[in-house]
Amino acid sequence: MKTAVVVFPGSNCDRDVAVALEAVTGRAPEMVWHRETELPDGIGLVALPGGFSYGDYLRSGAMAARSPILRAVAEQSGRGLPVLGICNGFQILTEAGLLPGALMRNAGLNFVCRDVSLTVENAQSSFTSRYDAGETILVPVAHHDGNYVADAETLDRLEGEGRVAFRYAEEVNGSARRIAGILNGAGNVLGMMPHPERRIEKAHGGDDGRRLFEGLLELVA
Amino acid sequence: MKLRIHITLKPGVLDPQGKAIEHALAGLGFAGVEGARVGKLIELDVADTVDDAQIDAMCRQLLANTVIENYRIERA
Repeated sequence: MKTAVVVFPGSNCDRDVAVALEAVTGRAPEMVWHRETELPDGIGLVALPGGFSYGDYLRSGAMAARSPILRAVAEQSGRGLPVLGICNGFQILTEAGLLPGALMRNAGLNFVCRDVSLTVENAQSSFTSRYDAGETILVPVAHHDGNYVADAETLDRLEGEGRVAFRYAEEVNGSARRIAGILNGAGNVLGMMPHPERRIEKAHGGDDGRRLFEGLLELVA
Repeated sequence: MKLRIHITLKPGVLDPQGKAIEHALAGLGFAGVEGARVGKLIELDVADTVDDAQIDAMCRQLLANTVIENYRIERA
């Protein structure tokens, strides 16, 4: 499968996600600079990596969400292209309006950097099909602005429609209803604060993140 | 024309930075602080030809995240 990773100035997990995609797909992804106006032809997935796009100036993800490439990402996602936003990528997706809500400063004000337990809430999506619903997995987080906020009506809708993909098994950052990752209505856009690409082989201390990428491969293959 | 854009969190949105300031003031012995909210001030210098609708669009499209923030435009 051909994939793409968008590179913003300040992204620092673009290589990590590229390594994960290559390990799973057998093919290095195309790295797409943020000022490009189109995505490569024939890709089966675009990933928005973690990091600090544009130095997190103004708000995390705000500048990246208004970059030229995001117009192409938004348009292609509307046509069903799978989009995976990890950490800063999740912040970008909410800022771009492709996912509801917003990510605010962690409730404890600390940068949280450690492995956390996640509960897989929805194992039906193309991103989570290799997991079992209710399964607990261990995936690292590393963020300052991971406190997910949305109004009660939006939260009820996300839960009611099975759009909460992952929930923190423990309190991590103050996120509403301990939400760690959500899907869009069509199920082809996933934003999550934890970093599955940092846990794809035993040398990482575990490979719980790998199945997310394998599930995607299965979808597109 | 100089503008000041005041960006504040909407009421009801938890403000962890504000909470930290509130606690720090209490720690310094200042009694009676019943709340603190942290906002942003953005100063813009724009040509006189820029109209109100354009300024408002700047706020809605980029400067404020209207999911969690309100904005107020002040002409300096």
